[in-house]
Amino acid sequence: MNLVFMWETFLELIAAVPTTLRLAVTAVGLGAVLALLLALCRTSGLRILDWPARFYIYVFRGSPLLVQIFLIYYGLSQFPEVRHSAVWPILREPYWCAVIALMMNTAAYSGEIIRGGLLSVPQGQIEAARACGMSRFLAFRRIVLPLAIRQALPGYGNEMISMVKATSLASIITIMEITGVAARIISDTYRAIEVFLVAGAIYLAINFVLTRCVAFLEYRLSGHLRQPLPTRPRVTGDSP
Amino acid sequence: MTMSETPSEPVVVVKDLHKSFGPVKVLKGISLEAYQGEVISILGSSGSGKSTLLRCINMLETPDAGTVTVAGETIRLISAAHGKSRPADQRQVDRIRTGLGMVFQSFNLWTHKTVLENLIEAPIHVQKRPRAECIEEAEALLEKVGIAEKRNAYPAHLSGGQQQRAAIARALAMRPKVMLFDEPTSALDPELVGEVLRVMRALAEEGRTMLVVTHEMGFARDVSSRVVFLHKGEIEEQGPPAEVFGNARSERFRQFISK
Repeated sequence: MNLVFMWETFLELIAAVPTTLRLAVTAVGLGAVLALLLALCRTSGLRILDWPARFYIYVFRGSPLLVQIFLIYYGLSQFPEVRHSAVWPILREPYWCAVIALMMNTAAYSGEIIRGGLLSVPQGQIEAARACGMSRFLAFRRIVLPLAIRQALPGYGNEMISMVKATSLASIITIMEITGVAARIISDTYRAIEVFLVAGAIYLAINFVLTRCVAFLEYRLSGHLRQPLPTRPRVTGDSP
Repeated sequence: MTMSETPSEPVVVVKDLHKSFGPVKVLKGISLEAYQGEVISILGSSGSGKSTLLRCINMLETPDAGTVTVAGETIRLISAAHGKSRPADQRQVDRIRTGLGMVFQSFNLWTHKTVLENLIEAPIHVQKRPRAECIEEAEALLEKVGIAEKRNAYPAHLSGGQQQRAAIARALAMRPKVMLFDEPTSALDPELVGEVLRVMRALAEEGRTMLVVTHEMGFARDVSSRVVFLHKGEIEEQGPPAEVFGNARSERFRQFISK
């Protein structure tokens, strides 16, 4: 093992971290919006919304992400209609193809995670909100969603970590994120172990920070589930 | 009848209320009026429809037929499929609900909010009142129900009796015209029932209009101004407690209170 080489590799790979992070953040951010919509469709009790959402989730959870990336990147450009449409400037870019594939994939998983959170909200607390005169929307925003997010957070943390790692697949369609740069260095130097060790360590570091952030958020949001802090007993007349 | 004897307008008027769940007819034409300052205890064995009646008043259950009028305003219902109804204007229901303080058997405090946050939630976000005023009023209410020191505690850290008192304070925080109690002490350990009943008794003495579904015979006898006994979805017996407890016309009610 050549430490100097590893350091140089590290410097090159670190430069690709922003691309990886941008892919992950964009996909997770847009995916969260789509996931919430899917979860709302699934819990709406209306078949016309529920069944399309079920089908979407089935398809995107049931097929490999790599296949989805290929289909969007290579597949869509086969159709002249797509190439001549207004979305072509976006679908032409490998970066956006990767973002779309990651986003649609994570939305399928996250949708089910959020649905679990929504179902965990006790009916009585929703009823109490409605009985106070809250509209359906206000009750959702103030009571249901905050409670659902608290329940969904541990599972959602898992999904975010998966997404950070899944960005490595974007290297297959020419995107120079961490794994893409690593593969290039290896093809130049044939030193796979050192390069992948460094790449792996960088992913670990990113996910370490992410895990701590999720844990902190979970702590902040779950005061109601912890034992209260011991308070000083009040001084009363008969105390010594 | 002279002017002085004319009773004021009733705060709640229920007329010919019908409600079925599937094939089961739970309410079969209930009519009831609650006047300002009245405390009405609604008694009945389980399945008699007493909780459903209360929940129909604030439209947590929509009656199939009949009308509910609160402070002179009748809730508009339109008929839906299968002999059911639904509110014609959900905003009207939401508005009327703010005048009806509901207390549930299982408290239903919002678990992710502290006691104080529970109290100020609806006044701030539904009634759009200034935050500082809401907090001040909420603190006075917590003082009144005897849990001022728990203002920053989460519901899970309170006893059942404290939770129910917080829930009563939450309902009061909206300055309701009427308080609705749905078996408020039924989920409590026997030793905690008293503290909740004391709060309710104090509210009755203040002259609040209250409709109380309860199994607490002592409360019904001593605190309420009127007792309504439901049996199989109909009013079987009603009148002032001294009258109905002393000399009930209904055989079933005599059996019910002798248990």
